[in-house]
Amino acid sequence: MLPPPEEIKSALEQLLPGVSLTLDAGGLIVVPNDLVAVCRCLKENERFSLDYLANLTAVDYPAEQRMDVVYHLYSMAKKHGPVTLKVKLDRNQPVVASVTPIWRGAEFQEREAYDLFGVRFEGHPDLRRILMWEGFEGHPMRKDYVVEDQDVLG
Amino acid sequence: MELKAGISPTIETQQLEVNLGPQHPSTHGVFRMIATLDGETIVKLKPVMGYLHRNHEQIGERITYIGSFPFTDRLDYFCAMSNNFGLALAIEQLGGIQASERGEYLRVIMAELTRLVNHTAVIGFLLNDMGAFGTPLLYAFREREKILDLFEAASGSRMMCNYVRPGGVREDVPEGWLERTRAIVNAFPRFLDEFEKLLTENEIVQQRCKHVGVLSKELAMNASVTGPMLRASGVNYDIRKVDGYSIYPRFTFRVPLGTVGDVYDRYYVRILEMRESLKILEQALKGIPGGPAISPKGQAIGKAPRTFRPPKGAAYGRIEAPKGELGFYLVSDGSPQPYRYHVRAPSFVNLTVLEDLCIGHKVADVIIILGSVDIVMGEVDR
Amino acid sequence: MASHIQHQSPIIQHRFEMAVDQGLQSELQKQGVFVTSWDQLLNWGRSNSIWPLQFGLACCAIEMIATAASRYDIARFGSEIFRASPRQADLIIVAGTVTKKMAPQVVRLYNQMAEPKYVISMGACATSGGPFHTGYNVLKGIDRYIPVDVYIPGCPPTPQALLEGLMRLQERIKSRSMGQEVGPKQGEYPIPEFGASGLAPRYNPDVFQPKKPWADPPASQLPKPIAPQP
Repeated sequence: MLPPPEEIKSALEQLLPGVSLTLDAGGLIVVPNDLVAVCRCLKENERFSLDYLANLTAVDYPAEQRMDVVYHLYSMAKKHGPVTLKVKLDRNQPVVASVTPIWRGAEFQEREAYDLFGVRFEGHPDLRRILMWEGFEGHPMRKDYVVEDQDVLG
Repeated sequence: MELKAGISPTIETQQLEVNLGPQHPSTHGVFRMIATLDGETIVKLKPVMGYLHRNHEQIGERITYIGSFPFTDRLDYFCAMSNNFGLALAIEQLGGIQASERGEYLRVIMAELTRLVNHTAVIGFLLNDMGAFGTPLLYAFREREKILDLFEAASGSRMMCNYVRPGGVREDVPEGWLERTRAIVNAFPRFLDEFEKLLTENEIVQQRCKHVGVLSKELAMNASVTGPMLRASGVNYDIRKVDGYSIYPRFTFRVPLGTVGDVYDRYYVRILEMRESLKILEQALKGIPGGPAISPKGQAIGKAPRTFRPPKGAAYGRIEAPKGELGFYLVSDGSPQPYRYHVRAPSFVNLTVLEDLCIGHKVADVIIILGSVDIVMGEVDR
Repeated sequence: MASHIQHQSPIIQHRFEMAVDQGLQSELQKQGVFVTSWDQLLNWGRSNSIWPLQFGLACCAIEMIATAASRYDIARFGSEIFRASPRQADLIIVAGTVTKKMAPQVVRLYNQMAEPKYVISMGACATSGGPFHTGYNVLKGIDRYIPVDVYIPGCPPTPQALLEGLMRLQERIKSRSMGQEVGPKQGEYPIPEFGASGLAPRYNPDVFQPKKPWADPPASQLPKPIAPQP
């Protein structure tokens, strides 16, 4: 059984000295620089064995000038979960390390977050647009994107 | 030049880059693969998607929670009822709504009927790709039509049902519907036997599918593959058993697992899953209680969607859709519209391993492997 | 079931008069002699053997396949086989949402078809963007770039609706002679390119003129209100 979020936070802080996490209603908030270490620990540690990344997505908060990247982790070996991780990034320059080397399932989901939100994932093997075409400008799912008017012959 | 038997002359070859799709008789929807070929063997394969990107998530941010239900129908357009079910679970988690008993039973019956509909169609399409031009597909569609008639009687539409709601289902099934369903469920095993007699021991199916597109257990887990594709590789992970959502813990059913993880295993796992779905359906039809089809809170929301303002927070609701794990991530800011609405589509994530499965095989095998991965572009592109 | 629909549509009239009058024709038929005109004979053949292109985009494609399956058998209308190659097809049924990413391919396929060729726009999405029309990647109807013959509403249209659309197309084919068919649709339609935020051009002005759907007509064209009866 998975321990409650407070215990996960304290266990991680014990296993990884120098890393500090914050508890939030939505999950554990991780500092972007610590992300890879925390993810690797959650995956490889016997107690957690979170070997399955179910969902990776981004949320845009223009009012607070931040962009969140959310991770939902489960375990196929131990059949428990979820553990929700969140990373808060600066909206004007959203850059975070990629978790594709840890969970290959993140590959397409990170490309989608890049395409639609503009988040750059460092260490991703092939970061390019996946849903929109090459040459499309802008990141359509951001809250301030304006859709073109198709009835005007521009 | 004399050609001696067993010695091939040195020929200069070039690799050829070929486009498979987006319009192609065998790509399930508008999907494009850029394949680099050495002769007939695949050396590299890059999938290109987005030809059906209909900004489902952007629409979800604009309309109310209930207003998104017709759009979830159009995600995986084979399995409209299950998609509705996933969103209903996510909303119930977010808003703290309980579903009524009868509503739960009806939802499970619809979800399992959808599983039958989906798996027969997938097997029909897989055989179509293999070259059995039409016959198994027509058998599959014949059975599908019977179940679609049930959906039409219950919800008004064959495919885009828009039937499941948070709190239960939109309205109760008409009189006589349960008897009709019982009759179809009782007759279905005979159809499966007929289907299997044609296909499972068929020499051509075995030659073409065994040891083609083998997916190892470790790669499947690492690449977040879910659904029958994962179970065919031998990993025992079925969300109905793991999460025990809705009333699934009340039913006894088994989870079929494959051994090798090739195309044949994926086909056979789906046949066995259909048999298990029939067991669940029999138990559900026997145990369905009377009462309201939707809980009072659900009914209130259904009547006045703009009054539903869930508390601030986030929820991730997931179900075992016929294609894998379908998850809905909702972030609420207290207003009637979701602040962020994200769909975790199983076909999208399952495509991660397509290149790994296809390398070393021939072009004809690529078509079959894609058929066994079971993608639907409405879901991949959203 | 469809008895209220007249299949001899008054709007499209059979434009060729028979050179032989009806009485003489029936007399000859009793003797086993059949008299007709080239146009009627060719049109009978053409309209009863329309071969569609295998081109399903989205959910409407499933209803198209269901129409081709055994219950709603489209083969009895002559559309026996869905051809994979555009060179061998007469009809392109645009079934499903046309996204901006896919639109150039649709136009390219249409250009590759041999004349006379027809387009059926199946479903709300192909007609006008459908439920997804507010999107950044959705084209508001394929008639922005290619001429459409029959529009079938529905989301998705039932197989019966698709068959009705096919029958309307058959009527249309029967009502025109071959010479009239080949003329208007000649030439290649320009293929749109991918721009920074959409397609360039946004629509083809020769084929389509935008109309704001919710705009009211000018006051002179509105119906006069009926005075209340005493």
